[in-house]
Amino acid sequence: MEKPFAITLNLNSSLANHTGSWRVEKPEYVHRMPPCNNACPAGENIQNWLYIAEDGSYEAAWRALIEENPFPAIMGRVCYHPCQSVCNRAELDEAVGINSVERFLGDHAIEKGWSIPGPSVESGLKVLIIGAGPAGLSAAYHLRRLGHGVTVRDATHAPGGMMRYGIPKYRLPREVLDAEIARVKDMGVVFEMNTRVDDVHEALNEGFNAVFLAIGAQLSKRAYIPASEAARILDAIKVLHDVEDGNQPLLGRKVVVYGGGNTAMDVARTAKRLGAEEAIIVYRRTRDKAPANDEEITEALEEGILVKWLSTVKHAGDKHLEIEKMALDENGFPQPTGEFETLEADSLILALGQEVDFSLLGNSADLDTKDGTMPVDATMMTSHPGIFAGGDMIPAERTVTTGVGHGKKAARNIDAWLRKTTYEKIENNDLVTFDQLNTWYYTDAPHVVRERLEATRRAKDFSEVVKGLDESNALYEARRCMSCGNCFECDNCFGVCPDNAIIKLGPGNGFEINLDYCKGCGICVSECPSSSIVMVPDK
Amino acid sequence: MKLRERLVIKLSTNPVKFYQVGSFAVGNRLLSAEDRSIQSDPDRTNALTSGHRACQGCGEALGARYALDAAMRASGEKIIAVNATGCLEVFSTPYPESSWRIPWLHSLFGNAPAVATGVAAALKAQGRTDIRVVGQGGDGATVDIGFGALSGMFERNDDVLYICYDNEAYMNTGVQRSGATPPAARTATTQAVGENPGNVFGQGKNLPRIAMAHEIPYVATATVADLRDLEAKVTKAMSFRGARYIHVLVPCPLGWGSQSCDTIKIARLATQSGLFPVFEAEHGEVVASTPIRKRESVEEYLKLQVRYSHLFSPSRRDDVIDHLQAIADKNIARYNLMSTENEGQ
Amino acid sequence: MLRQVEGSKAVADTVAACRPQVICAYPISPQTHIVEGLSQLVKNSSLLGCEFINVESEFAAMSVAIGASATGARTYTATASQGLLYMVEAVYNASGLGLPIVMTVANRAIGAPINIWNDHSDSMSQRDSGWIQLYAETNQEAADLHVQAFKIAEELSLPVMVCMDGFILTHAYERVDVPDQDQVDRYLPPFTPRQVLDPTDPLSIGAMVGPEAFTEVKYMSHMKNLQALDVIAQAGDDFTAIFNRDSGGLLRGYKLAGAETVIIALGSVLGTIKDVVDEMRADGLPIGVLGIIAFRPFPFELLRNMLSGAKRVVVLEKAFQLGIGGIVIENVRTSLRGTTTKDFNVIAGLGGRPITKASLRSYFDKAHYDNVADLTFLDLDQQLADHEIAREAGN
Repeated sequence: MEKPFAITLNLNSSLANHTGSWRVEKPEYVHRMPPCNNACPAGENIQNWLYIAEDGSYEAAWRALIEENPFPAIMGRVCYHPCQSVCNRAELDEAVGINSVERFLGDHAIEKGWSIPGPSVESGLKVLIIGAGPAGLSAAYHLRRLGHGVTVRDATHAPGGMMRYGIPKYRLPREVLDAEIARVKDMGVVFEMNTRVDDVHEALNEGFNAVFLAIGAQLSKRAYIPASEAARILDAIKVLHDVEDGNQPLLGRKVVVYGGGNTAMDVARTAKRLGAEEAIIVYRRTRDKAPANDEEITEALEEGILVKWLSTVKHAGDKHLEIEKMALDENGFPQPTGEFETLEADSLILALGQEVDFSLLGNSADLDTKDGTMPVDATMMTSHPGIFAGGDMIPAERTVTTGVGHGKKAARNIDAWLRKTTYEKIENNDLVTFDQLNTWYYTDAPHVVRERLEATRRAKDFSEVVKGLDESNALYEARRCMSCGNCFECDNCFGVCPDNAIIKLGPGNGFEINLDYCKGCGICVSECPSSSIVMVPDK
Repeated sequence: MKLRERLVIKLSTNPVKFYQVGSFAVGNRLLSAEDRSIQSDPDRTNALTSGHRACQGCGEALGARYALDAAMRASGEKIIAVNATGCLEVFSTPYPESSWRIPWLHSLFGNAPAVATGVAAALKAQGRTDIRVVGQGGDGATVDIGFGALSGMFERNDDVLYICYDNEAYMNTGVQRSGATPPAARTATTQAVGENPGNVFGQGKNLPRIAMAHEIPYVATATVADLRDLEAKVTKAMSFRGARYIHVLVPCPLGWGSQSCDTIKIARLATQSGLFPVFEAEHGEVVASTPIRKRESVEEYLKLQVRYSHLFSPSRRDDVIDHLQAIADKNIARYNLMSTENEGQ
Repeated sequence: MLRQVEGSKAVADTVAACRPQVICAYPISPQTHIVEGLSQLVKNSSLLGCEFINVESEFAAMSVAIGASATGARTYTATASQGLLYMVEAVYNASGLGLPIVMTVANRAIGAPINIWNDHSDSMSQRDSGWIQLYAETNQEAADLHVQAFKIAEELSLPVMVCMDGFILTHAYERVDVPDQDQVDRYLPPFTPRQVLDPTDPLSIGAMVGPEAFTEVKYMSHMKNLQALDVIAQAGDDFTAIFNRDSGGLLRGYKLAGAETVIIALGSVLGTIKDVVDEMRADGLPIGVLGIIAFRPFPFELLRNMLSGAKRVVVLEKAFQLGIGGIVIENVRTSLRGTTTKDFNVIAGLGGRPITKASLRSYFDKAHYDNVADLTFLDLDQQLADHEIAREAGN
């Protein structure tokens, strides 16, 4: 018998009713800027590689990471991770341990022997890089990937710059440094070590199409300290360099380090490892005003380094120093108090910052400089066409990561310059803030802290202090990422749509709005944990 | 660095958990298929499919699909649904279009439980008890006009799962008060005028508890804000024979005067404030409740809804807000919604 | 099998022989003995494969029947009076959905004042509900009509109400040839529903239909009701072929040959009327009887044909429309439109008042000579009524 007219309806008959016509606004999937990416001096797409790592695809994650930064194992040890300082997760429980996951990926890559292929097409153009530090090596890597011939020249005998000669082994084991640099070398980058470049212009005549200067800031700043002749005063940079070269400096039993930066911490901790009974840091301001990274201060204190905050060295004598107490004024600047004390010291190491040694450039000194640094334009080019500069020698924060970022930026601009185009950076200023996230969906999960060598043991040798994550806790940590501003396929939009107007495209492919049925209610936007969907007007 | 971060935590022996979104999101690419919600399945059954005429952000459309897809999964896609008159019926089956992908019968406003009984009786007589019966309706159909039929179905312990989609008023007819309308809420028949604007503070008509008084095998409450909980409850309900009752809170943007995008948020606030306790009971006894994860004041819930706007302007009615808070507090105590292991999250 | 049996029991046994799968009922006098009988048959396993549901109201009874019938089960219920009114919303729904439910109405008056005795106010109130209504004259016919009702209902996918006078039939012990299982099985094939709730072929039943198609839906129902006239007649003929007795059909004439006056009525009162008519025929008066079995749909054409020789008709009814008069007579007038046949209307037996042969004879004698009012309330205590009217008016 036929089914009753009108009262009985057939399966799927409502699909003829396109409720999308009700809509005045429509949802749209977007990629917004997560704060970590925004803060990364090396311009890493952190959220992206954490996302890839979340399912255990470590090689893919590592390859995504090295798109921006060739040194994850190094970064995972020495980067002061500004990404973590701005991580939105900190407002929920604790910041994601991005740095530790980065190190895990870097170490994992070394362990597995993953390599980076050279370019598939050679441009036939050549670039000279002066300085084998973080900026130079990063530029070399990126330029090589872009198909250019790259030669790196450096006056020292091993590449790495401050990573080798400034950062002690207990923070950055040399086998890690060597392994990551070797990978760059294997791409076909030519290293000419023990080679000083005296004339940059000459290099251009040598057949190089462009030059990237990255000579760093290796000159220790001097402060005038009245000293008796017998006083033993050393430069921190030189001490660290000598240790690296195996020339153990004579420091004595009691060592005083003057300064409050990372180099001060490094040299004090090195002194302790070299056998000093006492290493004391003297710094004119307070701990919270010290430029040193807080983690480094903590580690130093744990190792028994003493710090005299709010103190200056007034006079260096034989085996003793005269110290003046300081007090902070209302503007936070230290002012002398007239109170003095005497400190026993076999040596005084100055760690008051570094300056660029333009003499290294020899005849190239005609390039513009300003306030002891070399200004560059937005494309990292100096006052001379074809000569670019980056790293500690240009006005910027002086960290390894910043240097790596400069190298990348310079490489992309050099490439554009060589190809007579301009490099257009895709700007994404749509920064995701914590209040834009729907944090209900994130389970509380405190971050994993990397194990450290016991303080009593570690001050005795140069073993690496901070241990890495194993696979299980690296995965845990990666999965703590809230994926700010980028879909991580939690299926919420797909599930919460009252109109079934979300199409799930399958793993890795995200979702699509079925505009035939989307009524524009906006629930998908409200319930998206990561703020990766926005409502836009619909005509 | 925070002090506690300096503690060396050994996590290597702990199983790797899924911490990104835990069990609160609909699914995740990283979870195995069986650990995901039914709604995350790209091939889910969509008992209620696209093209229906529910308002934007309709909680009932969402709740019905959640519940029936779960019932379909639990029964091997062998269910028959009986629907009371109401929004759900009207927006899903206006001639010539039906959104249902299950055998579905609408008879009247007040008889869905009895019709469902008839379906179950027919299936039993035909020896087809593998096919399961779901009755469903809004709060008007359930707590008011169909109450007698529902109680009869409970009392006979007929093999029917009845689901009430509670949006706390007669929405289909234009937002009039029902027996499930909460105190102080404005409706078209409890206007926000006079000395005590909105609905009266009556004795309430707590249907889950009334259902429990029948000592039927299973009673549960749920909301559209907690999909996995809802799916688990439907699945559990389907494991019992006899009369079962699930009461699902489904916010109504039109009737409540809320943003269409806030439907789930408001349901979540209802649970996190304690105004809507989420629990389950077997054979008349509460066996579990869902603890509050992030406690909210009732005000956070109320202020998103125009039906309560008279509590905030032109002058603030702390007396009424406090009264509502007291109701929430009573729920929290009664159902142990702030158990210590969940406190302070 | 011929048995001396109570009417309700005969109906219960007959319904059981029709192999219903779901029976639901709420008790109301005078329907109770029917459902008690069926309940026992299910409980003692005489009626297998049947679910008996004790519901909490008549509204639920009809609702359970709707659900069961829509699921493809042969479904039965019974009610009366207030119970029928209480289920009215579902009664209309069952016919609108085209569900072949069979329901016995043990006819009883409607209050207030509350009254448990027989008249036809209850089923007459449902004359526009879309149900087929069959009225039984005897318990034999009551039993037989149930067998036919299932056949008619299922063939048309429409519900059927079998109306039998409360107490007068339901509680009367008579000799009834209760249809036996073999005969019923030969007459009534297994139920093949027009549509069914089935997970392998999901359909949505009970859609909302707006102005764009509502008229068509209703027109189609109208046409189906007209079609029912043929089906009812055929069901009666088929019944006779198997059971060897004349039972059912649309109308039944009695001594119509040469009748100038024809008495029209429904239900058990026809027996008394026939006795009176027999006496009057013996006295030489040309009078006959037309019994209506199928009141809904109403067999207008057949009735007009069967009354072609009559000069007048008297329509005797057990229900009426306040302020208007009879219900059945309006249908008779429609049938006779354009003829010169006179009609008189007599309302009798309200709330169980006995309809005596003497009263009927007295009335019919006058009616035969057109010597009655258009509308008469049989055996009305006019004096009492007038007195009370005056008193209430304050006079």
